[in-house]
Amino acid sequence: MSSRRIFARPARFAAIAPYLWMMLFFLVPFAFVLKISLSQTAIAQPPYDPVFDLTAGWDALKTAFAALSIDNFRLLVSDDIYVFAYLRSLTVAVTATALLLLIGYPIAYGMARLPKSWQAVAMVLVIVPFWTSFLIRIYAWINILQHDGLLNQILLALHLVSQPVVWLSTDSAMYIGIVYSYLPFMILPLYATLAKMEPALEEAAGDLGAPPWQVFWLVTFPLSLPGVGAGVLLCFIPIVGEFVIPDLLAGSNSLMIGQTLWLEFFTNKDWPVASAAAIVLLMVLLLPLLLYERLQKRQLEQGH
Amino acid sequence: MTDELHRTDAAADAVGRDPHPSAGQPLLRIEGVAKAFGTFRAVDGVSLDIKSGEFFALLGPSGCGKTTLLRMLAGFEAPAEGRILLGGKDIAHALPHQRPVNMMFQNYALFPHLSVRDNIAFGLKRAGLARDDIARRVAEMVALVKLDGLEQRKPDQLSGGQRQRVALARALARRPQLLLLDEPLAALDKKLRESTQAELMELQRRLGTTFIIVTHDQEEAMTMASRIGVMKSGKLAQVASPRELYEAPRSRWIAEFVGDVNVFEGEFKLRDGHRLVIATREAGTLVTAEPREPVGGTKLAVAIRPEKVKLARRAPVSETGREAAINSLDGVIADICYLGGSTTYKVKLDAGGTVQASVVNSARLDVDAYSVNQNVVAWFTPDDCVVLQS
Repeated sequence: MSSRRIFARPARFAAIAPYLWMMLFFLVPFAFVLKISLSQTAIAQPPYDPVFDLTAGWDALKTAFAALSIDNFRLLVSDDIYVFAYLRSLTVAVTATALLLLIGYPIAYGMARLPKSWQAVAMVLVIVPFWTSFLIRIYAWINILQHDGLLNQILLALHLVSQPVVWLSTDSAMYIGIVYSYLPFMILPLYATLAKMEPALEEAAGDLGAPPWQVFWLVTFPLSLPGVGAGVLLCFIPIVGEFVIPDLLAGSNSLMIGQTLWLEFFTNKDWPVASAAAIVLLMVLLLPLLLYERLQKRQLEQGH
Repeated sequence: MTDELHRTDAAADAVGRDPHPSAGQPLLRIEGVAKAFGTFRAVDGVSLDIKSGEFFALLGPSGCGKTTLLRMLAGFEAPAEGRILLGGKDIAHALPHQRPVNMMFQNYALFPHLSVRDNIAFGLKRAGLARDDIARRVAEMVALVKLDGLEQRKPDQLSGGQRQRVALARALARRPQLLLLDEPLAALDKKLRESTQAELMELQRRLGTTFIIVTHDQEEAMTMASRIGVMKSGKLAQVASPRELYEAPRSRWIAEFVGDVNVFEGEFKLRDGHRLVIATREAGTLVTAEPREPVGGTKLAVAIRPEKVKLARRAPVSETGREAAINSLDGVIADICYLGGSTTYKVKLDAGGTVQASVVNSARLDVDAYSVNQNVVAWFTPDDCVVLQS
């Protein structure tokens, strides 16, 4: 009966649909991962212990619950490897996001100041790389960055270097890959805020005696902050958990948390520790999200 | 307070004492200024002098180049040809922030992230004023435009009228030699617009600042400005006082753009002293005063404002007794448009044309009113007619 009522009222269904989605594809898997992170590794199928068996009765379930522990989390905090992996992930994400902002902002600004007909062209140019598979594009970068690759050939031809530079398996290669891959996610929200900004605001600032750099710092930049926030979040969060780019382009001497996770899951077959690492990563990422949301809420409240 | 406000501007002070400035150099001289966008000549060779303390209006339909001209004065566009002299100095290619000119924008362009106080203080901070001076000047401006108590509000917490005041205060805070106003009242509703017109005029008189306003609304221009420049297709069609513009338009286009007008095309017949006799197809033979500027050719147009056309039940006899001094046209009332303060009658003339007569409703009871299909005589004197090139 209740389901009939739900579908009889599409509006009500539409209102709860996002929550259903969250339940099914986020909260339930999250509960599984949380449970595994509290278990111990075991040579079994599945490779952890205890296993909740709902058919074994209430007492068995109670015993299983009692067997859960936070040992894996203790390990994560005490072992340097994990702490360093988190720190490296955050460092890489902060550096790459800063680079993205520095490169993306001028591009977005330039796009927003183009004549209307050219803006559409520029937009397509930004989006066009998405038409090729992400993996293929990263492999293309391996090609460009290798010992006798395109980049070294150009540098040699221009006599900027006398010997081929080692790019592959360095942090530089990783940053090139990350900045290249995430640039559209920085540009598009920035472009959206800059394009809808009233041009008269910048003119008014100039009219009131502000030279161009002050016009930018006092008017354009503050008003583009929502776009900056969105772009930074869109890049920062996935970069923290990035796995493919560092794996293919960076050296293997220091790992990001995404790579560590992969190692624990597939090489060490230690599902509980990997799950615990994933939970901590989620918490680390939720923090900036919550901060951003609070900031936005405060802005909204101030605005009205 | 106003004297203190504008002590730096000696010229404006002098004007403040003399409401009719005539002597001396013009504050602003525009010389042969032209600007094209692609092949479209937006401003096409405009020359104009504006004296210190004037309230000048640039009037014209949209696309006539008035906004482009204003933007060149502010520095947002550079003229392709010509010079713009402000106080004798060519500023045609100076950047906006280097000019002693401020602008009030059409949609105000208030900074949404700054409070009323910070919006007004923006230009003062850029001028490098001391903190105390800024605070004092902001307080003066807030009092001047009656925004007391709203200093901490953000622009989106203000009404349209309040936003307009903030924009005005912000533009005046730097005590510009020249204030440019781009359709300053267009975003306000009619009632508010009328009271704001009066306030703007009062403010301009007190401060003595030279105002240049751009508008497409001829009533607004007539009400506020001491002089009006009518623009058409990038050129100045006529520069005159509101009265002259209305009563002695230089072309048929201006006559029709500024206010309502009856126009009859005809042919020059003969000259009788200071009177011209013109044969029109739609209103018969009309006797007009000689135009101030000679018009060539025989094809002419006679323009008469509707309020100059009087209605009578039978042909009036002129005061001098000479029937010929008066144009009286027989017709029948075809349409009546009651406007409250006045009524516009459309009279279908026996000669074939139509003439509009605007009659003031000076009595509350309609004993004098005409009704549709009533036979009337529409009459006007030769001096009420303006003879124009057809």
